[in-house]
Amino acid sequence: MAFEGLADRLQSTIKKITGKGKVSEQDVKEMTREVRLALLEADVNFKVVKGLINRIKERAVGQEVMESLTPGQQVIKVVKEELTTLMGGEHSKIAVSDRPPTVIMMVGLQGAGKTTTTGKLANHLRKKHNRSPLLVACDIYRPAAIKQLETLGEQLDMPVFSMGTETSPVDIAGKAIEQAKEQHNDYVIIDTAGRLHVDNELMDELQQIKSVARPDEIFLVVDSMTGQDAVNVAESFNDQLDISGVVLTKLDGDTRGGAALSIKAVTDKPIKFAGMGEKLDELEAFHPERMASRILGMGDVLSLIEKAQTNVDEKQAKQLEEKMRTMSFTFDDFLEQMGQVKNMGPLDDLMAMIPGANKMKGLKNAQLDEKQLVHVEAIIQSMTKKERQEPGIMNASRKKRIAKGSGTSVSQVNRLLKQFEEMKKMMKQMTNIQKGKKGKGMNFPFM
Amino acid sequence: MSFMKKLKNRFKQDEETEEVSSKYKEGMKKTRNSFSGRINDLIARYRKVDEDFFEELEEVLISADVGVMTVMDLIDELTMEVKRQNIKDTKEVKDVISEKLVEIYYGDDDEHVEELNIQENQLSVILVVGVNGVGKTTSIGKLAHQLKRQGKHVVLAAGDTFRAGAIEQLEVWGERANVDVVKQSAGSDPAAVIFDGIKAAKSRNADVLICDTAGRLQNKVNLMNELSKVKRVIEREVPGAPHEVLLVLDATTGQNALNQAKTFSEATNVSGIVLTKLDGTAKGGIVLAIRNELHIPVKYVGLGEQVEDLQEFNAHAFVYGLFADMLEDE
Repeated sequence: MAFEGLADRLQSTIKKITGKGKVSEQDVKEMTREVRLALLEADVNFKVVKGLINRIKERAVGQEVMESLTPGQQVIKVVKEELTTLMGGEHSKIAVSDRPPTVIMMVGLQGAGKTTTTGKLANHLRKKHNRSPLLVACDIYRPAAIKQLETLGEQLDMPVFSMGTETSPVDIAGKAIEQAKEQHNDYVIIDTAGRLHVDNELMDELQQIKSVARPDEIFLVVDSMTGQDAVNVAESFNDQLDISGVVLTKLDGDTRGGAALSIKAVTDKPIKFAGMGEKLDELEAFHPERMASRILGMGDVLSLIEKAQTNVDEKQAKQLEEKMRTMSFTFDDFLEQMGQVKNMGPLDDLMAMIPGANKMKGLKNAQLDEKQLVHVEAIIQSMTKKERQEPGIMNASRKKRIAKGSGTSVSQVNRLLKQFEEMKKMMKQMTNIQKGKKGKGMNFPFM
Repeated sequence: MSFMKKLKNRFKQDEETEEVSSKYKEGMKKTRNSFSGRINDLIARYRKVDEDFFEELEEVLISADVGVMTVMDLIDELTMEVKRQNIKDTKEVKDVISEKLVEIYYGDDDEHVEELNIQENQLSVILVVGVNGVGKTTSIGKLAHQLKRQGKHVVLAAGDTFRAGAIEQLEVWGERANVDVVKQSAGSDPAAVIFDGIKAAKSRNADVLICDTAGRLQNKVNLMNELSKVKRVIEREVPGAPHEVLLVLDATTGQNALNQAKTFSEATNVSGIVLTKLDGTAKGGIVLAIRNELHIPVKYVGLGEQVEDLQEFNAHAFVYGLFADMLEDE
């Protein structure tokens, strides 16, 4: 079930209101109800939602919204501001100890992604901060957990300290720090076993590890898909260990991630990093403002842009621009383009990142059908080299052959050829416009 | 006789279920305490059934991760029911609340949907799917153990070739349960591993083959396609298979669990759910929404780390566990 974004829901509420000259208190109540539902659907804890809604109501009933000409947009603005404030600023710094090694301890429930995050964090420390971390395998309970960390260590070419499953995690942590000192590892990352926050025995063990290892950072690793229970988990871990920060994992999924807000609200500890994929370099700094948009279902334009940037080769992009300008864009370039778009992930995902995209119905049905893309690809691949470069030479028999080769019809081939010509023209116009006013951003529907 | 009494009597009559329900009671103690505790609080605080009461009730249910839409529907139905029966006292509404919740659990389904579909005298294939970190491999280990104890010849296929240490993890479980594990090296094609698994299971005359798969987020189209391929291989090699496609869900998951259930069903036609980590404070209420909206039954629940803590799902016992305090109050 795809949840509509808050923006859409508010818009439909407002549609009911428009026509009336003034926004009444009742209208505000209805709007805040929509906000409340949106936040709950995003898994923000209901207590946190309650507090937020009260603040939003206060501001909304006040002059700020009622007297505005665009109350809907004002409400969204107020909500977003409140959310962003609650979420705090960016804090992706990692402590550095005066007396190395700096010790980081990873804690959390089972399956949150501690071991993977340990690997990612080590990679981050080496790549971005030029450090040489030692990974410590303190999960002696889950079968093959040590093996998992060792494999990650191999992949990263980093040392992993382990003593099997018979030694207590407290001793392992202590010995590991000694070894780090001897071998001049400036960071020690301790991977602990996943445990329930209500498991007293295992929570005690964490406290013992803490008192032996004296970590400079304790990161609570939380699955971003966590529901209402996130507050209980975060609260207990924070009460018992005084965590220093949070890492939110699996944010590359389609969860709205309201847990982030809940955790921040109950612990007041910064969310430092976000796990964005299964690969070891997919750990990113956490961006509170983007998260606020995501929770509200308002799209994530910045992430989209970044995604495009990482996937599109800059050199290729330059060449492409040149081709677009001179109108020498061929079907081969078109294929390449399609490949790059595909690399960015499923089209629906990309569309979901654009605010208001679900509004443009035409877009969704006409151009974003991935099956159609496959057809287009097949048609182009059925063309000869020459045909791809000079579509002008196309005649009836060539078209027939292409249709046959790609399993499509001549009319489909014709349509593509026509679209391609139109696209070329449009590209030329676009590149001219871009040259005219550089740096002009996109038009956001809500600003 | 009130609904609660009926439910209670049901358990009094049946000794076997009593034992089951005591396990649930134990495992879900924390869950239950807070959930029914809050319903009781609610009822004590509000003597009159009014708008405020329903708003608070809505919060109680939402805090249990019951889907927002399911809660809204439930509240609407309750409001109607209260009006119809002209209920003014919150004590009476308690019955109606539980009755409605149980209704959602059962729906129109046959109660036997919760049983695992294991064929006699023929290989049964169970495919296990889910997002990362929900406890697929652990659940497989426990399930293998239990089936083995029932005298079944079980083979495991290490289809998670992606995550570091996943194959080794399944092997450890295989050793513990004393069942064979079919594997290839890390990074190999999961469909090929499953194919090998089927061949091995057939040649060894196994009763049950349980196929592990790598955890994947449901919005990764390519990975979901890979899963469909694995399922196609199973379909092709064993007629009528997979006999079960179990989606493993983490009870701490919120609304996203609905998306998971929906997307995994589209790719693999999920036949049942294993709800894990129910021994924490998470309530797993999303199961209500999933059953209500997608009609997928829960087949097993994970109530702890021990092998026997994987319990066959029993809706009566589950509901009993949730409401035990309330029942005993009466």
